[in-house]
Amino acid sequence: MAKLFAVTIIIIAIASAVPIVMHTWEPPKDISVHGKLIDEQFSETMVEAGACFLAAQLILGFFIWKFSDRPREEKIKSFPGGARGLVAAAVIIVGAEVMALGAFGTKAWASIYFTPPAPDATQVQVQAGQFAFYFRYPGPDGKFGPIHPEQISEATENFYGLDTTHDPDSKDDIVTAEMAVPVNRDVHLLMHAKDVGHSFFVRELRIQQDFVPGLDLSVHFTPTEIGRYEIVCTQLCGLGHYNMKAYLDVMSQQDFDAWLKKQAALQ
Amino acid sequence: MHNMSEPVVHQHTAPTGFIRKYVFSLDHKVIGEQYYGLALVAVYIGLVLSWVMRIHLAWPNAAIPGLQLLSKTGAPGGVLTPEYYLQLMTMHGTIMVFFVLTTAPFAGFGNYFLPIQVGAEDMPFPHLNMMSFWVTFVAFCVAISAFFVPQGPPLSGWTAYAPLSALGQVAGPGQGTGQVLWAVSIALFCVGQLLGSLNFISTTLDMRCKGMSLMRLPLSTWAWFITSCIGLTAFAVLMPACILLILDHVAGTSFFIASNLVVNDQLQPHAGGSTLLWQHLFWFFGHPEVYIAIVPAMGVVSHVLITNMRRPLLSSRVIIYSMVSIAFLSYMVYGHHMFVSGMNPFSSLAFSFPTLAITIPATIIVLIWIGSLYGSKLRINSASLFALGFVSMFVSGGISGFFLAQPSIDILLHATYFVVGHFHLVMAVAALFGIFAGTYFWFPKVTGRMMNETLGRIHFWVTFVGAYCIFMPFHYLGMAGNVRRYQAFVDDFMAPLMPVHKFITIAALITGAAQIVFLYNLIHSRFWGKTAPLNPWEATSLEWSTPSSPPPFDNFGGKLPVVYHDPYQYGIEGATNDFVMQTDPAQINSPRDEK
Repeated sequence: MAKLFAVTIIIIAIASAVPIVMHTWEPPKDISVHGKLIDEQFSETMVEAGACFLAAQLILGFFIWKFSDRPREEKIKSFPGGARGLVAAAVIIVGAEVMALGAFGTKAWASIYFTPPAPDATQVQVQAGQFAFYFRYPGPDGKFGPIHPEQISEATENFYGLDTTHDPDSKDDIVTAEMAVPVNRDVHLLMHAKDVGHSFFVRELRIQQDFVPGLDLSVHFTPTEIGRYEIVCTQLCGLGHYNMKAYLDVMSQQDFDAWLKKQAALQ
Repeated sequence: MHNMSEPVVHQHTAPTGFIRKYVFSLDHKVIGEQYYGLALVAVYIGLVLSWVMRIHLAWPNAAIPGLQLLSKTGAPGGVLTPEYYLQLMTMHGTIMVFFVLTTAPFAGFGNYFLPIQVGAEDMPFPHLNMMSFWVTFVAFCVAISAFFVPQGPPLSGWTAYAPLSALGQVAGPGQGTGQVLWAVSIALFCVGQLLGSLNFISTTLDMRCKGMSLMRLPLSTWAWFITSCIGLTAFAVLMPACILLILDHVAGTSFFIASNLVVNDQLQPHAGGSTLLWQHLFWFFGHPEVYIAIVPAMGVVSHVLITNMRRPLLSSRVIIYSMVSIAFLSYMVYGHHMFVSGMNPFSSLAFSFPTLAITIPATIIVLIWIGSLYGSKLRINSASLFALGFVSMFVSGGISGFFLAQPSIDILLHATYFVVGHFHLVMAVAALFGIFAGTYFWFPKVTGRMMNETLGRIHFWVTFVGAYCIFMPFHYLGMAGNVRRYQAFVDDFMAPLMPVHKFITIAALITGAAQIVFLYNLIHSRFWGKTAPLNPWEATSLEWSTPSSPPPFDNFGGKLPVVYHDPYQYGIEGATNDFVMQTDPAQINSPRDEK
C-alpha cells in the first residue's frame, strides 16, 4: 500500500503539471502596456512554484516508497545535514527565491499604481451599482458634473443623478452602458460606487480594482489592441453579482470620436 | 509547576448523574467529545451544502429533490435561485470555517488530549470550559436558525463585507434578520473560543506534571498552545467587529456604511462610515484564523507521523520555533486579502513581504517532515496515510500562495477560483486530513476500540484522489479568469470552462460519498469495533500511559504521572522495544532527550 501511495502522489503531481505545461487554461492575451511585467512575473513564479511543487511531491513519494516496510532490525538513519541543512535550504533556496520574486514584482505594481495618468489620458468615469456598470464621459468641457445621489433614478434612467438644469458641467456629460476607449492612449478610469462594494475586472487589460463606497478612486491603463472585451464584477454585491458585466470596446481614435459623438446625440 | 507525584485532591469529584456526566460536564474529555460531535454534525451540513452548490454550478436548471422543503422561495421546485445559491454558499463557508475547522482540531482534540498530554487531571477552569462548549453550541444553533427565518440566511459570504452586510434587507434577501443572526452567532462563537483559549493557555503553562518541562511537551500540545494564543487575540477583534455590524443593523449607526449610498433608488439614511474598516477588522482576525485552523493539524500530523515513522523528527525545537514564527507573522499579513481593495497601494506592497516571508517557516516545517521520512521505518495505517496526505495537500495548497502573495499577480487571480482552490487545499482539505489522522490515531484511546482499518483505507484513497480531482482544477479555472461567488457562468469567456465544472461536481459527489464511509466506520466501531490494546500504536506520550481506554475521569487513576523523557524517544539503542514511554524511569542512551 505504501508503494501504491507513493506512485499515486507522483502521478497526481505530474498530472497536475500537465495542463500548465500545455497552456490548456491560462490568462488571455495581454492588451495593455503594464501587462507585460505582470505576465513575466507570473511566468517566473510559475517556474519556481512548479519546481518546488514537483520536487516536494516527488521526494515525498520517493521517501514513502523507500522507507516503508523496512525490516525491524534495520537502523534509523538521519537525513544528511539534519535539521540545520533543511532550515538552510528553506531560507536560502525557497526564502530568498520568494523574497526576490516579491522584490522584482514591485516594479509591475508600481507601473500601475505609482505612476500618474498621462496628461492627455481619456477620462472615463465608471459607476458600479447593483447590478450594472454605467460609464460617463465628461464631454467637450472636460469636466464631470456633480453627482446628486438623491436624484439617482433607474426609472428615469438618471443613473448618475445629474442635474443638467442647475449644473452647467453636467450638461455635456455623456452616460453610456458600454465603455469605449481609443487604442494606444492612456485611460484614466475614475471609479464610483453607488451602493455596495463591486469590482472592475478586465482580464486582458490586467486590471482588477475594487470600488469602495464612500471613496472615489481611480486607475489608469493603456490598451494596446483593438477589440471587444468583457468587464466583469468580481466583488460579491448581491444576487445579481454573477450577471453584472459590461463590454469594453477598444477602437481607433477615429472610431472612438465617432462613437462618442453618436452617444452624445442619444443623451 | 506542581510537584505532584502523590495522590492529589481531585479538582472536581467524579461526576454522578446523566446530566453532569454527559450534558453539562466539567470533564475536559467529555467537552472535547462534545466539540467533536458538534463539528461532525456541522461538517455533514457543510458537505451537503457544497453538493447542492456544485450540482447547481454544473447543471444550473437542475431540480434538487427536497430543497424546496428548506426554502419555497429560495428553491422553487428544487431549482436554486441566484440569491439562494449565495445564501447557501455563505452558510457553507461560515459553518465549515468556524464550526468545523476551528472546532474539531483545536477545541475537539485539544480539549480531550491537552490536559492528558501535559499530565494534568483537567483544565484549571472546568466551569469556563463547559461554558465555552455550550456557548459555541448556542452559536451554532443561532447560525442554523438563519435558514428558517422568512428571507433565509445572509448572502454576503462568510466574509460579510460591508456595506452589503451592514445596510440591511434593502441590500438583498437575507441581509436583514439573516445577517443579524449570522453576526450574533459569530460574536457568541468568539466568546466560546476566548473561554476555551484561556483554559488551554493556563493548562499548558501551569498544570504540567513533574518532569514535564515545556520542551518535553508533545508537538500536538505545542500546536494547541500556540493556537490558543493566536485565538485569544484574533477572536478578541472579531467579536467587537460583529457587535458594530449588529449596531449598524439595529441601532442606526454607520460604522461600516459611507454617506450618500443609493440602493433601489433610495438614498440610505447612513453617513460617515468606512467600507474598508470592516475589511481591516475582519481580516485582522481572518488571517490568524486560517492558522488557527491549520496549526493544530500540523501538531497532530507531527505527532502521528513520528509514532508511525518510529523516530523523532529531525528537530522538534525547529518545528516549535517555526510554529511560533508563523503565529507571530500571521498578524502582519492580513492585508494580502485586500491588495486590490482600494487601500493605499503602498500598504499592499508592505503586506506582501511578510506574506512571502511566512513561506519560510512553513517550508521549514514541510522539509523537516519530509526529511524525517528519510531513514525512518514508516508504518502504513489509516492514521499515517492521512498524515502523509496532509503533507502533500499542504504543499500543493501552500505553493499556490506564492502567486497570491504578490500584488501584481493578485490583479489577475483575486476573486477567481484560483483563490478558492488555494484555500480549500491548504486549509480545508489539509485540516480535514489532520482531523482524520487524529481520529484514526486517537479513537482507540477515546473509545477503547479500534476503527475498521479496511474502511479507513477506502476512506483515505477516495478522499485523497477525490480532493485533488476537485481542487486542483480550481487553479486552472482561476488562471482562465473564472470569477468566484458566481451562481452561474454566463460570461462569454466562461462557457468553455463548463466541462471542467462538471468534472469537478462529479468528483465532489464521489468524494463526499466516501465521507459517509467514515461516518459509518466511526459509529459502528464505537459500539462494535475490536477491543483496543492500551497502547495500540506503541506510542510514548502520556495519553498512552493512562490506566484505561477511555481514561478514567481524572485521567491517571488517582496518581499523576512523573515524566522522565521527551515524547519522541523512538529507535533507542539497547531499549527492549523500539520506543521508551515518557513515564518510563529507565536511563536510556539516547542521541537527544529533552530535559
